[in-house]
Amino acid sequence: MTHIEDTFERLEHQTSEGAQELKAHHEIVVAGGPWPELEGEGQTMIINMGPSHPSTHGVLRIMMELDGETVVRAKPIIGYLHTGMEKTGEELTYVQGGTNVTRMDYLSPLSNELVFATAVEQLLDLEVPERAVWMRMMLAELNRISSHLLFQATNGMDIGAVSMMIFGWREREEVLRVLELITGLRMNHNFIRVGGLAADLPDGWQDAILEVCDIVEAGVADYDTILSENPIWQERLMGVGVLTTQQCLDLSITGPLLRSTGYPWDLRKAQPYLAYDQVEFDVIYTDNGDCYDRYRIRLYEILESVRIVRQCVARMPGGDYRVQDKKVTPPPRARIDESMEALIHHFKLFTEGFRVPAGETYAAIESPRGEIGCYVVSDGTGKPVRMHVRGPSFYNLQAMSPMMENRLVADAVAIISTVDPIMGEVDR
Amino acid sequence: MGASTTPSDALVARFEGSVAHESHGQSVVYLDRAHLADAVAYLRAEEEFSMLLDVTAVDHLRDVDRIVVDGVTPERFEVVVSLISHPRVLRQRIIVEVPESDPSVPSLTGVFAGAAFPEREVYDLMGIEFTGHPDLTRILMPDDWVGHPLRKDDLPARVPVTFKGDPGPR
Amino acid sequence: MGMEQIGHNFLTGQLEDLVKWARRRSMWPATFGLACCAIEMMGTGAAHYDLARYGMEVFRASPRVADLMIVSGRVSQKMAPVLRQVYDQMVEPKWVISMGVCASSGGMFNNYAIVQGVDQIVPVDVYVPGCPPGPETLMHGILHLHELVRTGEIMQRRAANGGGAGLEVPQMDGTPVSITTPASA
Repeated sequence: MTHIEDTFERLEHQTSEGAQELKAHHEIVVAGGPWPELEGEGQTMIINMGPSHPSTHGVLRIMMELDGETVVRAKPIIGYLHTGMEKTGEELTYVQGGTNVTRMDYLSPLSNELVFATAVEQLLDLEVPERAVWMRMMLAELNRISSHLLFQATNGMDIGAVSMMIFGWREREEVLRVLELITGLRMNHNFIRVGGLAADLPDGWQDAILEVCDIVEAGVADYDTILSENPIWQERLMGVGVLTTQQCLDLSITGPLLRSTGYPWDLRKAQPYLAYDQVEFDVIYTDNGDCYDRYRIRLYEILESVRIVRQCVARMPGGDYRVQDKKVTPPPRARIDESMEALIHHFKLFTEGFRVPAGETYAAIESPRGEIGCYVVSDGTGKPVRMHVRGPSFYNLQAMSPMMENRLVADAVAIISTVDPIMGEVDR
Repeated sequence: MGASTTPSDALVARFEGSVAHESHGQSVVYLDRAHLADAVAYLRAEEEFSMLLDVTAVDHLRDVDRIVVDGVTPERFEVVVSLISHPRVLRQRIIVEVPESDPSVPSLTGVFAGAAFPEREVYDLMGIEFTGHPDLTRILMPDDWVGHPLRKDDLPARVPVTFKGDPGPR
Repeated sequence: MGMEQIGHNFLTGQLEDLVKWARRRSMWPATFGLACCAIEMMGTGAAHYDLARYGMEVFRASPRVADLMIVSGRVSQKMAPVLRQVYDQMVEPKWVISMGVCASSGGMFNNYAIVQGVDQIVPVDVYVPGCPPGPETLMHGILHLHELVRTGEIMQRRAANGGGAGLEVPQMDGTPVSITTPASA
């Protein structure tokens, strides 16, 4: 059976996936007037929000049971973007793995690549040179900036400040431009690879990045002015979608949601990786656990990331941008024209890949959404046995139900928006 | 309370048949699957492991080479549970071997409510059942899907590329 | 489009051009962002690349009032029926741009989970390659579509291929005419 036929067969049926029965309703006489049979009986209505809905958070479907305007129950239904990436990860070599992993959390692709490369390097017991470490850190922070800027844009638009979409993208375009300068692509870069990075920083990178830092800081100051004290903004977000620390710990929730409950847990400070213990920055956290707090945390995290990026620019060490281990690193392109060994080496690396000794490891970093982890099991061949990514949004979605229950349906959009799920890493 | 012994040692002392192992500097404990929920409950209650990070599974059917740990009988499936202790800044991994003939383990939803989604995913993609889970249904695949895609013998990882109007492989 | 009763002459030719102009100059996309390509689609709509100069910044949530479906992102097996339902709800004339390689052919994911090309589900007018296509590439695709609308080629193609969802509009005298029949036929 090919899957093409299956698709068509599936299409012939109306999708009733997740359908629930409506309760029996009384006959309604179309004469207007009060409907005494229906009043005060606690009749609830089940509605479906998604998977194709105008919020820009991807294909999330939320089934809600409403009692008037109050949400009695809410259930997120996912899987509409399931891409089989973990299965594809078993088919791609470790050299190619980055291209797959980078498309999971497509708003912070460098974080995905970083965690995958870190896990495989752990399996290989490989240490990357210092310059590679600092470059990775700088790129990860630039990615955090661009991800949080997109959050400001889409969050603003969802709450109703539609111009925020334009403002957020205005600054994000500048960050994407500098990422394109360094990595060659605006998104899904496949730049952080096992052993280091794909290429060195280009000429003039310091000025380009410092310019972007200034632009972003000015932009964030603008957003703060427009939104933070705005009474409509505050009324829509304060006290909405409150989470407690205990709920977060129960539900495996990390990232800005956890930090909004008064729990200052950030892997960059608690279990520093790369060179985060050598740079100065603060962990932003608040106490109320509501949507307003989460918006503010992400806003100020942009400024902290800018701080880190500035320090990286000032202190970027020289040296190699990738480990000089012939096993994982391809030869310089110029050598391929000169040396037969280099050509063969390059060929083998990009067709077969390199072998990783049998083992299993879990690596975790702090992505803009929380703790992203990569669990890799290897069996001595060039492809992993299992490549699992612990996507933070997958777990953060479990917070949706407690946050939405007993709240008005109009707050549902604000709640979804400040959870900031990326369905690519939820569904993988 | 774990001041002098590590959580791995505490688990090994407490649960029969468990083996502590170190994997690239990370502490792992291989447990008997019947003890899984109790072990996680113990870690949460006594060893200050505040958060469950991840529940996932591995299918070792086609392994060319596999790490051998003394005292652990390798089976086809492994369920891997990762936990973290915020106060102690420690991570712990628990691996249970699950035989193909009876793919089920106790559910962790009684200890950590956040195990609900990952256990459904493991059930959906690997076919391992979690006894005691409140809603063990498919989460990523369509409801009427047959099979467990992430198993090594289920679907191939690569389908042939289709071209419109292609006469087919020559 | 209901003008078949009118005999073809200079004035109706002008009217046809006016209709085509209106169609391509305010082609409203339906929100169908799925994955990474949706982010680039948003970027195309934002100020830097600005779809508003083509009259397209209005992304309509309701498919009933949208003209263009930009399928941006990978379509999974679970999403395929939803995609078809949204497409069916759109009112003729409607166009589909398959944005990105995942929508065009399954992209780098040729596995069990992704539909290997949305043209297996909906008829596609323009394929935009890229992973993800940058905003310039998407705009090139959109402008290409506009050009196809301007020359009327797209309606002719559909009539030839039997595309366009097979809708027929009954004329005033009762005879049904397929909406893909160009008015000049």
